[in-house]
Amino acid sequence: MQIMKLTRRAFVAASIAALGLFPALTSAHAQTPEDVLVVGQIAEPKSLDPAAVTAVNDFRILVNLYEGLVRYKSGTLEVAPALAESWEISEDGTEYTFNLREGVTFHDGTPFNAEAVKFNFDRMLNEDHPYHNTGPFPLAFFFSAVEETTAVDDLTVKFKLNAPYAPFLSNLAYPTGLLVSPEAVKSNGEDFGRNPVGTGPFKFVEWKSNERVVVDRYADYWGDPAGVQAVVFRPITDANTRVAEMLAGGIDMMVEVPPTALSQFQGDDFTIVEQAGPHVWFLILNAKEGPFADKRVRQAANYAINKEAIVNDVLEGTADVAAGPTPPAFAWAYNEELDPYPYDPEKAKELLAEAGAEGAELTFYVTEGGSGMLDPVAMGTAIQADLAAVGLDVKIETYEWNTFLGEVNPGLEGKADMAEMAWMTNDPDTLPYLALRTDAWPENGGFNSGYYSNEKVDELLEKARTSTSQEERAQLYREMQEIVQEDAPWVFVANWKQNAVTNDRVENFDLEPSFLLHLQNVTKN
Amino acid sequence: MAAYILKRLISAIPVLFGITLIVFLIMAMIPGDPATAILGAYATPENVAKINKDLGLDAPLFQRYFIWLGNMLTGDFGRSYSLNRPVLDEILDRFSATLILAGTSFVLCALIGILAGVISAARQYGWADKAITFTVLIGISIPSFFLGMVMILIFAVRLRWFPVSGMYAIYGGGDLPDLLNHLVMPAIALAAVATGVVARMSRSAMLEVLRQDYIRTARAKGVHERKVILGHALKSAMVTIIPVLGIQAGFVLSGAVYIEMVFQWPGVGRMLVDAILKRDILLVQGGVVFVAACYVLFNIVVDVAQSLLDPRIKS
Repeated sequence: MQIMKLTRRAFVAASIAALGLFPALTSAHAQTPEDVLVVGQIAEPKSLDPAAVTAVNDFRILVNLYEGLVRYKSGTLEVAPALAESWEISEDGTEYTFNLREGVTFHDGTPFNAEAVKFNFDRMLNEDHPYHNTGPFPLAFFFSAVEETTAVDDLTVKFKLNAPYAPFLSNLAYPTGLLVSPEAVKSNGEDFGRNPVGTGPFKFVEWKSNERVVVDRYADYWGDPAGVQAVVFRPITDANTRVAEMLAGGIDMMVEVPPTALSQFQGDDFTIVEQAGPHVWFLILNAKEGPFADKRVRQAANYAINKEAIVNDVLEGTADVAAGPTPPAFAWAYNEELDPYPYDPEKAKELLAEAGAEGAELTFYVTEGGSGMLDPVAMGTAIQADLAAVGLDVKIETYEWNTFLGEVNPGLEGKADMAEMAWMTNDPDTLPYLALRTDAWPENGGFNSGYYSNEKVDELLEKARTSTSQEERAQLYREMQEIVQEDAPWVFVANWKQNAVTNDRVENFDLEPSFLLHLQNVTKN
Repeated sequence: MAAYILKRLISAIPVLFGITLIVFLIMAMIPGDPATAILGAYATPENVAKINKDLGLDAPLFQRYFIWLGNMLTGDFGRSYSLNRPVLDEILDRFSATLILAGTSFVLCALIGILAGVISAARQYGWADKAITFTVLIGISIPSFFLGMVMILIFAVRLRWFPVSGMYAIYGGGDLPDLLNHLVMPAIALAAVATGVVARMSRSAMLEVLRQDYIRTARAKGVHERKVILGHALKSAMVTIIPVLGIQAGFVLSGAVYIEMVFQWPGVGRMLVDAILKRDILLVQGGVVFVAACYVLFNIVVDVAQSLLDPRIKS
């Protein structure tokens, strides 16, 4: 009996202690503070040095701290002035001269000028540059056409290219082209990525590993000052936890809402924002060997797969059906006349019978996750079922993302007949140039893992890359899309619509087709 | 005693050496490399080769191993490419977060578990025993990450008693009440299974001891029941319970991985998962070696504690 008495006493004491603590504990948990925007990110940033990172997740912070010479015009993927007020391109397309904005300072007080621009590109591109060792700079090849950067005078900078390269301007608008403070790089060395200094509407305050990155309104910004006092970026890697934080009021905004969680945010307390971007989700078909070497079988696969069902049921409407290799977000280069392959299993069966490929056995590489891959396992399973319905026997092999890339990028020959893939790009040139040309077969260092080859497509892409007229380029890309759709080297499945949720305290927020997260105009009460 | 401790410490050296070799080989053998993880869709062979060279991954395997091992012996764990900071700084930051979480859970599971076990045994087949046995069974059966998610839904999203995730408030905060506020749910979720195991083992250990002659003798002599249970019985039962606690310490430490993911606790478990997905070789290797060393050390502490209670063990 004694022992029971003891524990009863202990229990009562513990309960009283717990009750006493409770008000203290609960009061500590309040809403997010006024005028401070808390953003739920999908991961910890790798670095805040724009030249050193590759992930959209990191770019979402960077575009608020830094600016480039040019940027994407709001709501489009067209290039507009930023730190350069205007520019001229030489007749032959190999010289770009930029006139810089006057009176711009970096957050550390040093002036933004032509020398600073030159420093940025030399640091990335010249192996002998004293600060090249602050890399590696994985996306430096975006600017590999640059032969020389010259500071003509304080506010004029000139790039000399080794050949005409039309995507140069849109690459400058990409986050890899954001400009950093040379003085800050010199004083911080390899730690610059944790002490970022740019010219943007927000300046860096602190980065607590795995907890938060905080940025404050930059008082001396050259343009309109930012709408909120501060932004806090929180890495919350688990999607369910991110949703729970949003529901509990711990964050004001979250990006990449899982499709299945969208229904939780219906109603007046939250706003769901959507924006189609330059994303395409497709299946690479092995055109070199096996059944898909026959164009009719590739077309049959395009007819057999019910893309409507995939985007509406598997992805809950967070994507549109893709018509061809170029996403509609590249409005200026997109061929409006292309209609997606309709869902037509009968037609697919006919084509398969014509090609004598009924009952063929196919190996299908599926990934478990990965950048832009949406819901790859569920999508892969749906595709397998659709192909089974027209008599194709598809065997799925599933790999973790990095392993998957290691299998797919060197080419599918001898291993598989089809593989999932998705790309997000910044110029209509990038994906087809790297993944559809004959010269982009894996053995030449490209990503044409299905060995598609069409001389006409090669010619159109080469020509579009060197043309300096946007109108001419658009024409060439439209023609390319038509041929590629007919040849069907891929099954064109989906174009993802990026989404975000904000609570009712956040105003003036929009997503950009570039997938970047510009928070300058956002306000919060 | 000192000689025994020294002997145990020396015997740990080959274990640690083996761990460095195994983790190094595993990281070298798994498919995918840091360059592919960095470049993603842009991983052309040319770009991959350039990045691997920049990261020093083009040297032969055995050379890389000895460079790494040599640096580590001088306290240099290298630099994490995915976080862009020294590996050791990151590990120490993260490990202290894990220690707070796992330590709290361990204390909870030891105190509550032993207390529940002792009550159960003392009141065998009574209502307290039945209630405890039932609760323990539930505790053992629910996976900790699921318990964590359910707790988030009830106590954070619905009732808003506690924050959903993180270790400190995102703006302001940073003091002890703030930490406790964030610690309550993950610590309980992590402790649940271990508490159940400790309670069961304590109960059976106590029952075993209570059946012995010297307990009957003590009771016959008229020793106070509380003293019989806590003084005579529990002391001998601890010899059986302590190794269980040692195992649970390891369990809590490894179970922290799931809980850290669910509650976004900035601990070493979450760090390792992220590092593996990004193929951050040095961070994975450093983290595993560090955690393994702590685990080995903890086992030595347990063995020493046990030998203090039961002198027969040393021989």
